[in-house]
Amino acid sequence: MKNDPNKILRYTPFERANHWLAAISFILLALSGLAFFHPAFYPLTQLFGGGVWTRILHPFIGVLMCLSFGVMFFNYRKLNVMTPADREWLSHVREMVDGDDRHMPEAGKFNGGQKLLFWLLVASMALLVLSGIVIWRSYFAFLFPAAVIRLASVVHAVAATVMIALIIFHIYAAIWTKESIDAMLYGHVRRAWAKQHHTAWFRQMMGGDK
Amino acid sequence: MALQSLDIKRRSATTTPSPSQRQTQEVLKLIDVSKCIGCKACQVACMEWNDTRDAIGANHGVYDNPMDLTENSWTVMRYAELELEQGKLEWLIRKDGCMHCAEPGCLKACPAPGAVVQYSNGIVDFHEENCIGCGYCITGCPFNIPRLSKKDSKVYKCTLCSDRVAAGLEPACVKTCPTGAIVFGSKEDMIRHAEERVVDLKSRGFANAGIYNPQGVGGTHVIYVLQHADRPEVYCGLPRNPSIGPMVELWKGAAKPLASLGLAMVVAGAAFHYVTKGPNEVSAEIEKEFEDEK
Ligand code: HEM
Ligand code: SF4
Repeated sequence: MKNDPNKILRYTPFERANHWLAAISFILLALSGLAFFHPAFYPLTQLFGGGVWTRILHPFIGVLMCLSFGVMFFNYRKLNVMTPADREWLSHVREMVDGDDRHMPEAGKFNGGQKLLFWLLVASMALLVLSGIVIWRSYFAFLFPAAVIRLASVVHAVAATVMIALIIFHIYAAIWTKESIDAMLYGHVRRAWAKQHHTAWFRQMMGGDK
Repeated sequence: MALQSLDIKRRSATTTPSPSQRQTQEVLKLIDVSKCIGCKACQVACMEWNDTRDAIGANHGVYDNPMDLTENSWTVMRYAELELEQGKLEWLIRKDGCMHCAEPGCLKACPAPGAVVQYSNGIVDFHEENCIGCGYCITGCPFNIPRLSKKDSKVYKCTLCSDRVAAGLEPACVKTCPTGAIVFGSKEDMIRHAEERVVDLKSRGFANAGIYNPQGVGGTHVIYVLQHADRPEVYCGLPRNPSIGPMVELWKGAAKPLASLGLAMVVAGAAFHYVTKGPNEVSAEIEKEFEDEK
């Protein structure tokens, strides 16, 4: 299957490894962060060896995710520049959600929805890192006045909520669109899949337009 | 610090009632700034009773020593020199420490169940064995009181001698104060005493004398009698209108259960979408085009 010459390479081994590094650190971050978010989630600290360990580990995992996400940002930022076709795609998003993609404009390697998600994730990540450092009591919080720490606490909680919602959406989109998880697991996609979901990219890969 | 307790009014990060069968009398510590001579006996007594020792610091050329509260110095005297009228210097000495708010910002902010408790007598206490060292309480405190220990990453502050009070004793600072500037008793008695002190100060020419018992935090269980109650800031930055504040309210208020519900709705929405619309698969026509692939 791996060597099937008819398949198209969508993600290199490095891209895949990095994606899953970010994904695993994100899940650990969401679970450990939610533990402090509301008492209902405090039992999640047990997954990390108790409250103190959760408090110690969360920010370091945050730094790891930030590095891994940073690599993704540099890899994909050009591919995610919004084009008029993407805006057109987004204006038809209701049909897409309805399960009818016949009138959707052709998507490149990423469609308009994926690009929008990308930029929202970039913004959330940036806010999370900046605010996370400000509220990191062991090393950095003493550098900031109380008002800034209070603001950062709110920003961190809001950005985390937004990012968790976006990632739930991202995971669902991957489950909903059959075979897209294979792309991130094994790297290659079937030509039929590529033509169906990313027609412009498919043609480009087949040596069509440039 | 922990005491086996049947009279806990509130407990951090806890959504069910705390053990509260026993109802105790609300207590109050009154610090009469006009009677304080700045001898620091209370500071010493606090360290002695609680058996904490601060590192020997440097002399900064002023009486304040140490310069700030620390995990070992739960109370410090703050010295201000004020010249309201030319040639009439006033030496205002304020004993700083936890105010034991009725609406404690530390307790509201703390994410660890039972790391901060409020007893029915009004004392706000840290139970360090439950503390995870995140410092949220420092963020939540309107008076900048809790201090995170570098040794064990737990926070410490004045306990209002909850251990002594539970055994019917007065706090160590009260016991030791040679001028009677610190007194302790039931809330009603202390408020009455404070009012008498204000009348006395007014009769001595301190027209703006008054009680500092800030209502923005629901009142406090440590209150001051101030010569210049109209200008609390002159007492080394005593906040004029302390409150938990909009940021902490937003961070720790109703938004969080709502946000949690929102996340649950996103998951539910996704599940419903899947079962109502079905998966997004490659269409039959395209499959046909690439029949060789399957
Ligand atoms: C460089 C990145 C990050 C840093 C440095 C960081 C740091 C922190 C710190 C210091 C806290 C306070 C609790 C503690 O000490 O652990 C915290 C809380 C939290 N973090 Fe992060 N974090 C980062 C990224 C993330 C990410 C990506 C998420 C997304 C899931 C997240 C979710 C949360 C949540 C939900 C809380 C609880 C917030 C609250 O109760 O208000 N963090 N973070
Ligand atoms: S440092 Fe300790 S007491 Fe303070 S908020 Fe965190 S867990 Fe609670």
